[in-house]
Amino acid sequence: MELHELTVKEASEKLLNKEISAKELSGALLDRAKTLDKDLHAFLAFTEERAKQDADSADAAIKQDRAMPLTGIPYAVKDNILIEGIQATAGSKILENYKATYTATSMKRLMNQLPVLIGKTNLDEFAMGSSTENSAYGPTKNPYDMSRVPGGSSGGSAAAVASGQALFAFGTDTGGSVRQPASFCGVVGFKPTYGRISRYGLIALGSSLDQLGIFAKTVEDVALIAQTVSGPDEYDSTALNKPVADYTSLLNNDVKGMRIGIPKEYFASGIDPEVEKIVKDAIKRFQDLGATVGEVSLPHTEYALATYYIILPVEVSANLSRYDGQRYGFSAPGKTLEEVYVNSRSLGFGAEPKRRIMIGTYASSAGYSDAYYKKAKLAQQLIRKDFTDAFEKFDLLITPTTPTPAFKLGEKSDPLSMYLADIFTVGLNIAGVPGISIPAGMTQSGLPVGIQLVAPHFAEEKLFTAGHAFQKSLDQKFKPTLTK
Amino acid sequence: MNITDVENISKLAKLKFSDEEKKKLEHELSDILNYVDQIKNLTEKSEIKLSEDPDALNILRDDVAEPLAAPEKFLEQAPGREGDFVKVKSILE
Repeated sequence: MELHELTVKEASEKLLNKEISAKELSGALLDRAKTLDKDLHAFLAFTEERAKQDADSADAAIKQDRAMPLTGIPYAVKDNILIEGIQATAGSKILENYKATYTATSMKRLMNQLPVLIGKTNLDEFAMGSSTENSAYGPTKNPYDMSRVPGGSSGGSAAAVASGQALFAFGTDTGGSVRQPASFCGVVGFKPTYGRISRYGLIALGSSLDQLGIFAKTVEDVALIAQTVSGPDEYDSTALNKPVADYTSLLNNDVKGMRIGIPKEYFASGIDPEVEKIVKDAIKRFQDLGATVGEVSLPHTEYALATYYIILPVEVSANLSRYDGQRYGFSAPGKTLEEVYVNSRSLGFGAEPKRRIMIGTYASSAGYSDAYYKKAKLAQQLIRKDFTDAFEKFDLLITPTTPTPAFKLGEKSDPLSMYLADIFTVGLNIAGVPGISIPAGMTQSGLPVGIQLVAPHFAEEKLFTAGHAFQKSLDQKFKPTLTK
Repeated sequence: MNITDVENISKLAKLKFSDEEKKKLEHELSDILNYVDQIKNLTEKSEIKLSEDPDALNILRDDVAEPLAAPEKFLEQAPGREGDFVKVKSILE
């Protein structure tokens, strides 16, 4: 097997057995990336110097027998996550020359294990989008079909893992931005419970919805990485002080007797028939593994996307007010302070952030906030209760991750049709519950399709146990063709 | 949402648009608002309160100032600078 095809666990074994060095592993991936990524464009920057230093530290640790499970493993980071001294453009011109002044808590925890940073990955501007086409630096392509999108907003990270340019990657998930691209690119994508992983050092989009997410080839790898970065943080008041389970030791728990709910609203209409078939086959597979399945209703599902597109833009309009051309980032000249603000923002932001700032400003302005924001916060409570009610009868829920496989570049030209790509993923962010997308099958035309598992708040281990069993039982390789 | 609304909101949002962009926004924002308007169909159920959410709490640390390790790395990001200050246009005219 070639080095870029290894899982994190397999690579770790080879490193610890000294079959390969961290330098060889990251070097091989970076060499491959040089030609591959010209077309794919998963990365906005490769951090070659940093990778060399990281690999040296990893190799020294391995030599001294103080290596940990992620030591020497090459990884990629979405370009809206801060690592001190390294660019963090958020896919926007307004942060083109910005270098992070501190490191995200989650990345600090990860770096304690001495992994190797390969680079920063492409995304829709400020994580607003479902295709990476909103990136100010050009779109990423889907490794399974270069005429299609990788999904988004963390499309660069998903494509990087799928194409073997990194063995795992981080994204952010505010409405589906990790799970949806994971489904489109045939990799595992995980969003934790809101409050499970610190948001300190993530460039804020919707602060009440944002979470760090993880991409890898296997559920097992994701469980290990999640365990490493989870937990409370004195720099994030929303990271709750709840114990983090030893996810990897729970992976082989029995699926037998698990109760899995099928939310009927997620199968109502508008699903691609091939996607529906793959999800139904996955449900059968869980039954074969000994789980019991039953239908359940999440009655307020129809309001989830509307709720999202009120709460999110309101938070966006507040969070993006900091980009004003004064302290950092792009600044355009103007005769007055007001002109500098307006010119910097108007030239620095792309179309989608502007649209969302406008919607959010409108929905939170006097006279409208009761009709929109207050109502959306009520809907949020109802949606949350739908999930907690369902989890009184079920351990997990299963849904399609997305209604369709990856769509063509340029196919969704109006904003609303793009928003609908997240219809099955946003509900989880609104309710705060954790979810994972796992590759479950391929369409006739060779595009991967994911299933989404949903667990109760702070019950991530259930996702990993069920997901691991599912993946082990599925005798199918997800290997992109990388053809144009 | 009409052109006047677009102009008023853009002032609040500190953004400016060409006439062509305004027309496009009028159309796009109306589409989005029409979609999210379905939220208004929700009948009020005031018995659900945020306080019933056991996880809706903040974990706060002590309010103690910490020294800033390296002011230079923040200052060097500033578009305008004079010595140890960030240089901006005058606020009072």
